[in-house]
Formats: sequence, structure tokens, C-alpha cells
Amino acid sequence: MLKVSRIIKEYAKHRALDNVSLEVEKGTIFGLLGPNGAGKTSLIRIINQITGPDDGEIFFNGEKLNQSHINKIGYLPEERGLYKKMEIGEQMLYLAQLKGLSRSEASKRIKFWFEKMAMQDWWKKKVEDLSKGMQQKVQFVATVLHEPELIILDEPFSGFDPVNAEIIKDEILELNKKGSTIIFSTHRMESVELLCNHIALLHKSHKILDGSVKSIKNAYRNNTFFLETNKAFDDSNLKTFNLISAEKTDEGEKLKIKLNEGFNTNDVLLELIPVTGITYLEEVIPTINEIFIEKVKQLN
Amino acid sequence: MNKVFLIIQREYLSRVKKKSFLIMTFLVPSLFIAMIFFVGYLTKKGDDNVKDFKVLDKSGIFENQLSNTSTLNFSYLKGGYEQAKKDIRKKDNSYLLYIPSDYSSTGNTEIVSEKKPGFAVVDDIENQMETILRNKKLIAAGIDTSVLNSSKQKISISAKQLTADGEKDASIGATFIVGFISAFLIYLSLFIYGAQVMRGVIEEKTNRIIEVIVSSVKPFQLMLGKILGIGAVGLTQFLLWIILSTGLSTFASGYFSKSDDGKAKIEQTSHSSQNQEVVKAASSNNKVQDFLQAAGTINFTYILSTFFFYFLGGYLLYSALFAAVGSAVDNETETQQFMLPITLPLIFTFILGMNVIVNSPDSQLSFWLSMIPFTSPIAMMIRIPFGVPGWQIALSMVLLVIGFVFTTWVASRIYRVGILMYGKKVTYKELAKWFNYKE
Repeated sequence: MLKVSRIIKEYAKHRALDNVSLEVEKGTIFGLLGPNGAGKTSLIRIINQITGPDDGEIFFNGEKLNQSHINKIGYLPEERGLYKKMEIGEQMLYLAQLKGLSRSEASKRIKFWFEKMAMQDWWKKKVEDLSKGMQQKVQFVATVLHEPELIILDEPFSGFDPVNAEIIKDEILELNKKGSTIIFSTHRMESVELLCNHIALLHKSHKILDGSVKSIKNAYRNNTFFLETNKAFDDSNLKTFNLISAEKTDEGEKLKIKLNEGFNTNDVLLELIPVTGITYLEEVIPTINEIFIEKVKQLN
Repeated sequence: MNKVFLIIQREYLSRVKKKSFLIMTFLVPSLFIAMIFFVGYLTKKGDDNVKDFKVLDKSGIFENQLSNTSTLNFSYLKGGYEQAKKDIRKKDNSYLLYIPSDYSSTGNTEIVSEKKPGFAVVDDIENQMETILRNKKLIAAGIDTSVLNSSKQKISISAKQLTADGEKDASIGATFIVGFISAFLIYLSLFIYGAQVMRGVIEEKTNRIIEVIVSSVKPFQLMLGKILGIGAVGLTQFLLWIILSTGLSTFASGYFSKSDDGKAKIEQTSHSSQNQEVVKAASSNNKVQDFLQAAGTINFTYILSTFFFYFLGGYLLYSALFAAVGSAVDNETETQQFMLPITLPLIFTFILGMNVIVNSPDSQLSFWLSMIPFTSPIAMMIRIPFGVPGWQIALSMVLLVIGFVFTTWVASRIYRVGILMYGKKVTYKELAKWFNYKE
């Protein structure tokens, strides 16, 4: 539904985006990941038509990005803000109308969301009277009020306590189920890796990795496992695996192992069952964070 | 366009609903009227401290010629200068007016006193002496006194202005005051509403709501909506002020004409020695009425419509610049460095206007100041009550429209970049760079 093609964006001295291409499929949850300053916000601003690219093109549902798409995108910026002295209800009506909703339709939807999020008595309140977490909730509702096809969330969970973060996460998943495509942008990669179907990694204005979470993780698996036993055993003459690390526990040992070429976990079990009791075995799957660090190392 | 309208609506309503708007709306006309009352009261009351002037006239020209007024009482001395000086010591409100024998050749006189005489007193005496001396010289030259008396009556100048409708009475004083007030209001409102635009932009930037808004509308639409919305607030405020002030000043002029009747009655019953004082007081009251009458001859519909045009034009021109300044900074204290070039032409015109334009409304300088868009809103408003040729007004208006289209264009190019820039110390060079950025 969104195709970003060879985007270049330059500011006075540095290149914020260098030849970045992406494709976000309809109905997916897409993670746009990377450390601070990698170019995520620059890219998001271009998608939102807040700024324009110096070169490259963007297609929304196959059409070249234009003004008519603005109402189909909902954007929650990293730096959030609302008019402090304006009543919440009025403010939401205003923001929704700016996104093309009629006043009556906007009012209906706001009431629906207020009920859903247990904010019924907030209508007449002013933003300055709300806590930070409450403001975030208001802002989130304002972002999705016009039922956008594409929802772009920049660091969505920052500023939420765990309970509210969970509520927001559930709402996002529900919106996704109803058909909205979602782009998460964050530098805290571990916070979204379980949510996303697809990710792209940005680093120093370049895209360095792109693909489904599953395939990326598979690509970075390297036959490493965690293994726990209830009894120490002689590890000098092992055929099926090499020890990476080992530590003693109360009952036995906790090991990290790497399988030797041509063997699988069954072979390991067959070799160990005669000499010790196995209580735990799990493959070590690298986190996105680790993959990112690995990838950056490779590039350097 | 629909979105711009939404923005205008929000900017307008959020300000008009504020308490401070309501307070300003009622406070300003009340203050204005209070000022008129105060001035009226002061003119009526005047300085009732009667100053006693001992005149020692060695020249013999002014003997029994100086006439007493409400504040000046003249008596004439004989004798030596030193003796008279001694006598005046330790006496409050006593002054010695010494006119040496060689007065007619040197023109030197002295006022000797314990307290310094006020400027108005000296001015009054100088005027009297000049008139007396002139009369004497004219008589000496063989001019009839009856001619002199009849010439005296022409001293009060009534300015007649030739217009398409024929001759019209106009008061220079009233013209000046109307020009001054409208220029001052424009000067003040450009600052007040321009600063409101600037503060609004800074507020959106520091609140960080700006990014949410510009993901829905173009930065230019937001800037335009804000400027127009606040401009509408200004217009509303002015309309309310005019309505309230007109109502109140109708009441005020009623008050002045009533108190005049009272004075007239006193005059009839008063003794002849007090007569002069009463006449003087009554005439100062008449001045107020004269002014109100003369003000009535000025074409207010015409002045008001040009006032609104120049207010709007000047406001649009300057508020765009104020918006650009607001976008370039993170908080209000940082605006200082960019404010000077904006405020300078305004202050400059206002000062020049009060000194040069009112004295020669048709001079080259007045003409050019009322043509340049940056100065015309103030300069033209001072000139208009004096009468300005239609083509000049038309040209000035066209130039003002071109001017604000230009500043809005320049400002919007800075604005669109500035609103998304944080934590940067911005220089003029930086602004120029922003201006040149592509979309």
C-alpha cells in the first residue's frame, strides 16, 4: 500500500536519507527501526508530506503521493503536543475536522472513543489539567479518529505507564485487525519486535536491513542453543556440539552450545541422555537489537 | 480552503472567548472617554493660582496696556529697579516684569521672582507684549485703530477646504487630532496583533502541536489561517471600540454643552471685575464644543474605511513577518534580535509623522512615506484628514497590497522550515538559507 522509492533528503550539511526504498504491504505492522538520528523521522515527515524529498518518489495505493492522501494517514509524532488552554473535546473536534471529518461525524466518533477509553468526563477539561499519560491517550485517539488507512506511530509507547502502554498496544492490534496498516518507528527495537510482521532497519541515513521478522531472524540463526542439566557431566569428548559457555547451578549446569556441522538437536539429546538428565533445551534466536549490532559490525 | 477556514475559526474563537478580550473591549473606550473628560476638566479648571505681576516699565510702551487674565494680574510700579527687586523678595506668586528703557531697540525684558514662572505664563506675556508693540508701531505708521480692531477679529483662523461639494469648514486642530489618533491606533495595533501572531506561532512550536497540524494542512495554510483569524479579532475589537466610543462620546458632548449653559448664567450675574476670568473660562469651554463641532465636519465614513484598509494592509504585511520571527525561535526571549528590523520602520514613521507629516502633509517626504508599504499605514493615516488626492491613495493602497503579498511569500518560506527546527540558535544567514530551501 505504501511504496517508498529511492528517497534522498538533504539538509544544510548532511544527507538525512540516502537512497532509501521500502515497501509496506496492506494490513501489516511495519517496524521502522534504527538508532536516534538514523533518518526515521525525516522519512516519516516525507510520507506525511510535511517536507518533500530532494529526490525519489512515494506511492500510496499505487498513486503518486499527493494532497488527497493526507486524510488517509494518521500520524502520532514523537514530540507530542496539544493546545494547552483548549478544551479536550473542542480540540479533538478541531483536529478531526482538519483531517476532513464533518463536525457531527467527528463528535460521534469522539464520544465512541471516550467511552471506550474511559475518558467520558474529559470533554470539558483542558489539556493542562491532565497528567502526561492522559494527554498521550488523548493524542492517540486524535491520531486514529478519522480511521486512517495508514497509521504512523513515532515512538508510540514512550510516556505511557505499563498499564496504559498495554491498553494502547491492544488498541493498535485491534485497528490492525480491522484493516489499518501500521508503521511503528522506534529506536527501542525490543519494544516492537513481537508486534511487527515486517521490519526495516535504518542506520546513518541508509537502509541496512529489510524483511519479515521471521526471515530476518532465521537468517541470523546460527545453531546455538541453551541447555540445562540436573547433573554435571564430562564434557571433554563431545561429538555433536561445542561448548560456548558453561556455569554451575544448584543442581547441575547451564550451558550455551553450538551444534557441530551435520548434527541436530536430536543427536545432542541422544549423546547426552546416557550421561546426564536434561531439563531444558531452547534455540538461541538473536533479538533484533543483536542483529542490528551484528549488521553494523559487518558494515564497518 | 475549508481547512484554512477551520483554522481561522479556531484562532478567532479561542481569542474572542478569552476574558482579556472582553476586558480590553470595555476598558479602552472607557479610558478614552475618561481622558476626554479629564482634559475637558483641566481646560475648564485651568490654573487658578493668580499670579501677581508688578510691571516696572522704563520704556513707557506697556504702561496700562497689559490686560489681566484668569491667571495673570498686572499692576504697575514706579521707582528704581533695585528697589523693586527687593520688594518682590519672599512673596509667593509675585513677579517683577522689568522692561528696560532701551526695550524697543534690544527687545530684552526680565521676569524676576522667587519661583520660576511657568512656560505658559511667559508665553502669554510675550504674546501680549508683541501684540501691543506691533499695534503701537502700526499706529505710529499711520494705520487707523478701527482697521486694527477689525483686523483683530480675523485672528481665529477658520480653515476652509475646497472640495467637490464646495467649501467646507474644517478645523486644523480637529484634523490633526483625528490623523494622530488613527495613526496611533494603527501603530499600536500593528504591535499588539503582530505580537499575538508571533506568540501564537511560538506557542504551537513549543507545544509541539505543530507537527500534528502540519501533517493535516500545509504550513502556509496554517500561517494564513492564524494571521486572518487574529486579524478578524482585531477588526472585531475595533468595531466594538468604535461603537462603544461613539455612544459614550455622544454622552460626553452632551455633558459639555450642559455645563456651558451654567457658565453663561454666572457670566450674566457676575461683577465686571470678574468678567474677564469668566469669559476666558467660557471660551475654553467653547473650544471643546468647537472641536466637537469641527470634528463633525470631518468625513468619518471615509476616514474609517481608509483606516480599516490601512489597518488590515499594515497588519497583513507586518504579521507575516512576526509569524516568520516566531517560527525561527524556540521562545519569546529569543525574538529580540529579529524584532528590531520589524519595529524600526514603524517607530521611525510614527516619530517622523508626529513632526514632519503633520506640519507639511504634502511634502516630498510625506508623499514617499505614505507610498512605501512598510510606512504607509501610519503615514497615510496622518495625511488623510488633511486631504490626499485620490490617485495617491489608490497608488498607496495598491503598493500596500503588493507589499503584503510579498512579505507573506517571504515569511512563509522561512516559516515552513522554522516551525520544525528546534534547539538551534538562528542567525540571519540561517534564515536566508531556509528561504532558499526547496519544498
